[in-house]
Amino acid sequence: MALNLKRNIARPDDFYQELIDMQRDMNEADVQAMNAKLILILSNHIGDQEILSEAMSLVRPAGHGRT
Amino acid sequence: MLNTYTWPEYSYVQSEDQKNATITRRPVIVIGAGLIGLSAALDLARHGIPVVVLDDNNTVSIGSRAVCYAKRPLEIWDRLGIADKMIEKGISWNVGKVFFKEDLAYEFDLLPEEGHKMPAMINLQQYYCEEFLVDEVLKHNDLIDLRWKHKLISLTQHEEHTSLQVETPDGVFTMECDWMIACDGANSMVRDMVKAAFTGQFFQDRFLIADVVMKADFPTERWFWFDPIFHKNQSALLHKQSDDVWRLDFQMGWDADPKEVTKPENVIPMIKAMLGDDTDFELEWVSIYQFACRRIDNFRYGRILFAGDAAHQVSPFGARGANTGIQDIDNLTWKLKLVMEGKAPESFLDSYNEERAFAADDNLLNSTRSTDFITPKSKGSRIFRDAVLELSKKYEFARPLVNSGRLSVPTPYIHSSLNTPDEDLFESSMKPGTNCIDAPIVAAGAEGWLLNALGDGFTLLVFGDAPNVTAVKLGDISAQVMTVGVQFEDKAGIMTTRYDGAEGAVYLIRPDHHVAARWRIFDQEKIVAALARATGQN
Repeated sequence: MALNLKRNIARPDDFYQELIDMQRDMNEADVQAMNAKLILILSNHIGDQEILSEAMSLVRPAGHGRT
Repeated sequence: MLNTYTWPEYSYVQSEDQKNATITRRPVIVIGAGLIGLSAALDLARHGIPVVVLDDNNTVSIGSRAVCYAKRPLEIWDRLGIADKMIEKGISWNVGKVFFKEDLAYEFDLLPEEGHKMPAMINLQQYYCEEFLVDEVLKHNDLIDLRWKHKLISLTQHEEHTSLQVETPDGVFTMECDWMIACDGANSMVRDMVKAAFTGQFFQDRFLIADVVMKADFPTERWFWFDPIFHKNQSALLHKQSDDVWRLDFQMGWDADPKEVTKPENVIPMIKAMLGDDTDFELEWVSIYQFACRRIDNFRYGRILFAGDAAHQVSPFGARGANTGIQDIDNLTWKLKLVMEGKAPESFLDSYNEERAFAADDNLLNSTRSTDFITPKSKGSRIFRDAVLELSKKYEFARPLVNSGRLSVPTPYIHSSLNTPDEDLFESSMKPGTNCIDAPIVAAGAEGWLLNALGDGFTLLVFGDAPNVTAVKLGDISAQVMTVGVQFEDKAGIMTTRYDGAEGAVYLIRPDHHVAARWRIFDQEKIVAALARATGQN
């Protein structure tokens, strides 16, 4: 199984609104803490190390961390 | 200063060599009579090799250093005859608690697996371990010459020997040895003398160790705090040792002034904040340390071999220092014996570097990861660290991500050139390069243990049918056949499961009780080839 980069979210607008609403009126530190937890929870759900590595490599700037 | 322990003082004796100004070439000289050097001496003596041990001091480890000893080193010490003493004096523990800020995040139980002679882990002050080792060494004074107040001041390496200048209260004299094992610790003089590189990562943080005596009703558990209210933004550890001594470890940060923070008037309030105002305790030992994760570039410099902290230094998280040092010795002595007897080429000792540098790198990786979790290096990593801890309170999935030290387990030499790769299928983790897992056996009607039954040389552990031979030989090297159901029985069936032997299996086991090769059927030709490979003869 490879990282799915095709459309996969059934109701994109609903999802995106929920994601943004979640952070409304929060300070920067709280937002970062919350996002970190969200990444961890979703990563655990995915579980597959190869897919997680592939996702990280897509967003990692060149020359940062492992290649 | 210590209320519970009095250091033995061993007497300096002028050696005959120095008195008579004669130079006797010694087969092996070990530098340093710490945990590693003394273990090396005992293991060499067990193999019948005479050894001289030099130490610049005349007592055991000062202060409390290593605390936790894991199953594998205990198994090695069991072979040397001292594990029972350590276990009896030591503290066994299984429950660990992790706290984050003001709350208990979660607790875990190590639940040691049944069917092993040795426990998963014991806690014991290093000075006790060293004292037990010295006591045992003195029983073998026919082979081990332990010399206190002998300080190595210089050495010269020759083609086939090393000459040493040694200083004692009676002055300087010369010694010579065929082989040297340098166990002289993280600040190894020998390492400097051979100009070896010792590189890695330094951590900009300081930790304060306080050993306290208290009769409190604290349970025998390991408690680790991340960012506790009594020591904000830092970490703290509480761990029990023998004699009602508790090890407390406080992360202090890089800016802490070592002189200031170790003053009793500064340490005591910090401990009271941790233990509660009404807990009675006495301060036994205080010191501050910083650490590095680094290793020597090669464990072998000609006829000088490095072991323990002289070869690698790790952070204390995970108890990987002493534990891995003992395994260096386990790997080295049988190889040295074969080379000294001319049964294996000198180049065989390169496999000591190959296997133990591989293990050291694994330890360094684990140790560095723990350090990164305990002391996050950036704001971003701190955010993730705290998120993991926060989630671990509620969700089981986050707990394996919490890293307050991964306790020491042996590193299998999976890529070692001494292994013969598997060609048959096995449902068992005992792959070539792995240390043999213990199992209960019954031998001559008495209950015993597999690891005690395996010999000091190569062993062929056979499940099922084998031809009627007692040993397979390659020149002067022989592997003794031990057949399950003949030499001993597997009444509980645990060994057969652990080695996947139900349908027949043949394991070639090295003198350090690591698997060299395994097959489904007994094929003498293949065994001989694997023996050659495992002794560097191809």
